[in-house]
Amino acid sequence: METQKSETPSPAAGRAGMKKELPNDFQDHRDVWVFIELERGQVHPVSVELLGEGRKLADKLGVQLAGVVVGPPDGVGTGPAIADAFAYGADLAYLIESPLLANYRNEPFTKALTDLVISHKPEILLLGATTLGRDLAGSVATTLQTGLTADCTELDVDADGSLAATRPTFGGSLLCTIYTLNCRPQMATVRPRVMSTPQRVAKPIGRVVRHDLTMVEEEIVTKVLGFLSDGQTEDANLAYADIVVAGGLGLGAAENLQHLKDLARTIGGEFGCSRPLVQKGWMPLDRQIGQTGKTIRPKLYVAAGISGAVQHRVGVEGADLIVAINTDRNAPIFDFAHMGVVADAITFLPALTEAFTKRMAPRDRMKLVN
Amino acid sequence: MHIVVCIKQVPDSAQIRVHPVTNTIMRQGVPTIINPYDLFALEEAFKVRDCHGGKVTVLTMGPPMAEQAMRKALTYGADRAILLTDRHFAGSDTLATSFAISQAIAKIGDSFGAPDIVFTGKQTIDGDTAQVGPGIAKRLDLQQLTYITKIASIDLHAREITVERRSEGGTQMLRSKLPCLITMLEGVNTIRRGSLDDALRAARFPILKWSAADAGIEELANCGLRGSPTVVKRVFAPTPRAQKAMQIDTTDKTVDHVADEVVASIFTNQPALEVELSSNGSA
Repeated sequence: METQKSETPSPAAGRAGMKKELPNDFQDHRDVWVFIELERGQVHPVSVELLGEGRKLADKLGVQLAGVVVGPPDGVGTGPAIADAFAYGADLAYLIESPLLANYRNEPFTKALTDLVISHKPEILLLGATTLGRDLAGSVATTLQTGLTADCTELDVDADGSLAATRPTFGGSLLCTIYTLNCRPQMATVRPRVMSTPQRVAKPIGRVVRHDLTMVEEEIVTKVLGFLSDGQTEDANLAYADIVVAGGLGLGAAENLQHLKDLARTIGGEFGCSRPLVQKGWMPLDRQIGQTGKTIRPKLYVAAGISGAVQHRVGVEGADLIVAINTDRNAPIFDFAHMGVVADAITFLPALTEAFTKRMAPRDRMKLVN
Repeated sequence: MHIVVCIKQVPDSAQIRVHPVTNTIMRQGVPTIINPYDLFALEEAFKVRDCHGGKVTVLTMGPPMAEQAMRKALTYGADRAILLTDRHFAGSDTLATSFAISQAIAKIGDSFGAPDIVFTGKQTIDGDTAQVGPGIAKRLDLQQLTYITKIASIDLHAREITVERRSEGGTQMLRSKLPCLITMLEGVNTIRRGSLDDALRAARFPILKWSAADAGIEELANCGLRGSPTVVKRVFAPTPRAQKAMQIDTTDKTVDHVADEVVASIFTNQPALEVELSSNGSA
């Protein structure tokens, strides 16, 4: 189920020209908040990306940037999370520690974040568009009866201080900029890897504001029975890989995926694919790149036999260098690739693997001699 | 057991083109389909009904033409179909949509029995927000179980449900209580064909069309544009990169030669990459 708004992409819907008339209750909302997501004790990289983006917004508005940390007590994950928040630009941190927050569950997390917002009134609240962030943001926004813009790719503050949140719509074929009128906080989730990672700064301390979770275990209906981690070897870490090699329908048959894997292994990269290959069942969903899959930001991206529909484009645009291989010289991928090879990926991929191997070979021979 | 499945009729986004000059969506001739993610929810609802009996009510909010999607859901085997359609809903964002749908679900409860499970797909392919499901759960005070890959068991007597949930880097096993709202992850099942009986029944089956008033919605200010805190200010096409790719042709050179050129060119552009690759010794 989804917003009706997306059915009418034209902004002529009647309120686009409306001026912001913020009710008095919301006038005292200040500051930019970033929810620091803990993934089994580790800070999720998207939170660091958001701190960098949040710092820019806070500077434009002349307000403070705060990190929000909720987790189990004794600082196992929360301590380092607070240190990270300050190291990446936060002026202060809000902290709720409770054994009830050890594993993600919607109810206690919604309660914790909602209580903090009501007590301290942020103007902008940002979360990562992860499974956790999207689950939590939807509940918090509904509880607070405020606007939420999902999966943003760009954030800015306009002349009157409103958050301008840009996101892809219609499967990535268009972008739209969304405002939250007359409600606070202005909430947005942001895809991992669309914002760059900021530099760590030497600012190891800041103010920590502690709160209690006003909830007991008996009030929480859903219980966590266990967690099964993805195997380390099979786990595709596409979003954070420096080199990604991906294939599309141009590969012709499932057995040709081997050429892709060979190249990826040779140059130490991850492999992935475009949406049709997942639909055909040739590759699992966690290796899909694009609007409905992973957004990647590698140093090198090789797209083999991928035509480059907009849905794919929005997922790979952040790559430093895009090399495309396609038999069709008019394929849309050549519009946004940096380097294009008009060739059949099935024959070209092995040649490319060979060329990389050759280039790296002298060092390998040295190793053999030694 | 009463199950409500929320679905949406969406344009087949794979077939949408953007007008090269006006940057507007060319929707003429673009077919509409049931949001593909919602079909996983619908099939899961049928599987629960197969096991525990009961009825599956399909609910959608949309323009009158969304009746087609309802008809389709009936051919798959839904027992009842309700189309929430009213001009008051036009321009709803996710907050307003979740309000209207939650009110309709409450009304369904009054008319046909309170649902034990509300299913939706994890998100739609036109909006991609994944926000309406959580919004409905919050408004109806249902346990919220998102990105579910498997329903491991349902104990109707204890009113307990055990599910597997996709999360970052793994799978969570959760035990919760009915009633709950479940958003289904993609690829977990395949929608059934539906029987011939279902197809015949669907052709004539009366689809209930509810206006805001029929659904018992009194606070019209919470619906449509008025009830939507978010506003679309601007719609635009992604800017094309100024320069097209430097194209290398393989027609008059050997593939091996071109591959060498490409590798050389990659390292000219990204010298750090060559250093990194060499030091890793991965080649």
